[in-house]
Amino acid sequence: MSKPKVAIFDFACCEGCQLQIVNMEEDLLELISVVDPVEWREAMSDHRDGYDIAIVEGSITRHEDEERLQEIRSHAGMLIALGSCATTGGVNKLKNKFDLNDVKRCVYCDSAHLPHLNTALTKALDEVVKVDYKVHGCPINNKEFAYILRCILMGKKPFIPNYPVCVECKMKGNPCRYEYGEICLGPIIRAGCDAKCPSGGFWCYGCRGYVDNPNVNAAKEIMAQYHKTIDNLRGRMFLFGSKQEQTL
Amino acid sequence: MSKSIDVNVHHITRVEGHGNIVLNTSNGKIEKLEWQVPEAPRFFEAMVRGRMWDEIQPIVCRICGICSFAHSLAALKAVEGALGVEISEQTDKLRILAYYGEQLESHVLHVGYLIAPDLLGVKSVVPLASSHPDAVKTIVAAHRVGNQWMELLGGRMTHPVSFRVGGFGKLPTDEELKELRKSLVDTVPKLEIIAELVMSLADKLPAFERDTEYIALMEPGVYTFYHGDIGSTDTSDKVNIHEFESVVNEYITKQSTAKWARWHRDSYAVGALARYNLNADHLLPLAEKTAKAFGLEKGCCNPYMNSVAQVIESVQVVEHALQLIDELLTAGITYEVPHVEAKAGMGVGAIEAPRGILFHRYAFDDDGRCVSANCCIPTNQNHGNIQKDFEALVPQIMDRGQDEIRQMLEMLVRAYDPCISCSTHFLNIEFV
Repeated sequence: MSKPKVAIFDFACCEGCQLQIVNMEEDLLELISVVDPVEWREAMSDHRDGYDIAIVEGSITRHEDEERLQEIRSHAGMLIALGSCATTGGVNKLKNKFDLNDVKRCVYCDSAHLPHLNTALTKALDEVVKVDYKVHGCPINNKEFAYILRCILMGKKPFIPNYPVCVECKMKGNPCRYEYGEICLGPIIRAGCDAKCPSGGFWCYGCRGYVDNPNVNAAKEIMAQYHKTIDNLRGRMFLFGSKQEQTL
Repeated sequence: MSKSIDVNVHHITRVEGHGNIVLNTSNGKIEKLEWQVPEAPRFFEAMVRGRMWDEIQPIVCRICGICSFAHSLAALKAVEGALGVEISEQTDKLRILAYYGEQLESHVLHVGYLIAPDLLGVKSVVPLASSHPDAVKTIVAAHRVGNQWMELLGGRMTHPVSFRVGGFGKLPTDEELKELRKSLVDTVPKLEIIAELVMSLADKLPAFERDTEYIALMEPGVYTFYHGDIGSTDTSDKVNIHEFESVVNEYITKQSTAKWARWHRDSYAVGALARYNLNADHLLPLAEKTAKAFGLEKGCCNPYMNSVAQVIESVQVVEHALQLIDELLTAGITYEVPHVEAKAGMGVGAIEAPRGILFHRYAFDDDGRCVSANCCIPTNQNHGNIQKDFEALVPQIMDRGQDEIRQMLEMLVRAYDPCISCSTHFLNIEFV
């Protein structure tokens, strides 16, 4: 079997998820021995047309970017969304809370009307084109990325956790962030990150998006137990939760 | 000269973010020469409005995946300034130590993965893995040390989670610091190998010079990345970081979604070479030795030498980190609980990001909600200088082949280690 041609593209993002691919270090050298990288602007100057798998980081925030993504999709047999900006719109979706003219004026002042400074509502990739696989997280967990790619190359369906971060956090033996008086989104957010944030001393801010059917009642119980309100929880959900309808 | 040159680099490769190079000449006359930045703006300063003081760092670190520690620490300093939070000496040292991990990781990434292919005449690091396996292994090993260092102190390699307003959410143990120390001692010879590699290829760096203004943080007696005032090669006066807007003087151009900056001249430069030109007298012994081996003079105005300054700085941060670890171990790590109360106020944080000086400013209302923000990023301070370099360089090399001209322009942009997705989020808010 010939090696699948892989191309990596990016839209509005911090390129931190591509950096996680670089951060695979020696494993990256192994990875490129089983795939044929044909385009990766951040790391390679040569590129060849045509690819089987497109890996796309970033959110869509301009009309011209929608067209570019559709073009990429039309060439790709398979499209993988890389990281929160691509899978949910990520932190870029905070912009959608505001009036876009106000946002532009805030940043560009009197020049806000110039056409090259235009912006549209932020979209996740699957709001524009069909997405075959999602690698969640801000940034992605590069072990999970390697696992998903391995599954794809072997024709298997990758297992993506559909249980909350609390499961992984408990397994790591972390004290609950609510014990510190904090609001943590762990009870409703998809695991798979190895509970990096609570393990590092921070609350979960929900970068992997909600589990498919968040246990709303359990979340409410936790809020009551720690004398917090659902509004407290909603406030935290803005950071990465703006894509999905609010569930609480 | 009758030939025409048509260089059109759409989305230059091996840089962070999206930039274009356009050069058209006709009959030896330059008709168009532009460094363009078409990156999609992300509007962070608008998005943080209304967010609480403890949500600022996790949001704004996402301005950049490559310098998320720099953004995090600049933001924390600014928030702490605004809320009047004092931090301990231990926190200050641990933050500087953590930050050095990012300096090493970013510099090795830039020199090893993004610049080395140009010097070795290939298109990416991929072919080097088979043509120069030992060099690539050394680069990968040094890069991994930077990442593990960041993970230990920041909780994660990118978008750190252990930094909190007022201190740390998780502290390293003495044992972990000792292990880090050991790995840094082992890294010194790796950096020497990388320095030798770059030195052996230094003749591939174009000999182009253009006198310009260099700006960096300055602190008496220290090669600083973290504290101090704003210094310039054009003046001996220092500017307090709270007045940074009077230095950067941002303005908008039609060729860029990122703003440009100017102070005493049409443009200025920030980054490793700027820091070197202002602070080289304060390098530690090993870093000084490396600088001498390269023969890099203070006052160098060849922008391509920025990569050499990055190699010297990689040695400097490891050397200083070893001192900091010893000081922390001697004192012993103390468990501290940050105590912060919301109140109205405004604060500024400045830090030397790997690619140059970075400023954050935030104002908060009585409840601790952000009412305004301003982030001024190093790469936007360099955009104007890149354009001016283009304008000085192209007339000197117009008799060369089109491919060589394109390559030299691309290498010039890469030398600045631009972080373009960072650079498209500025604003000029009036603070009242």
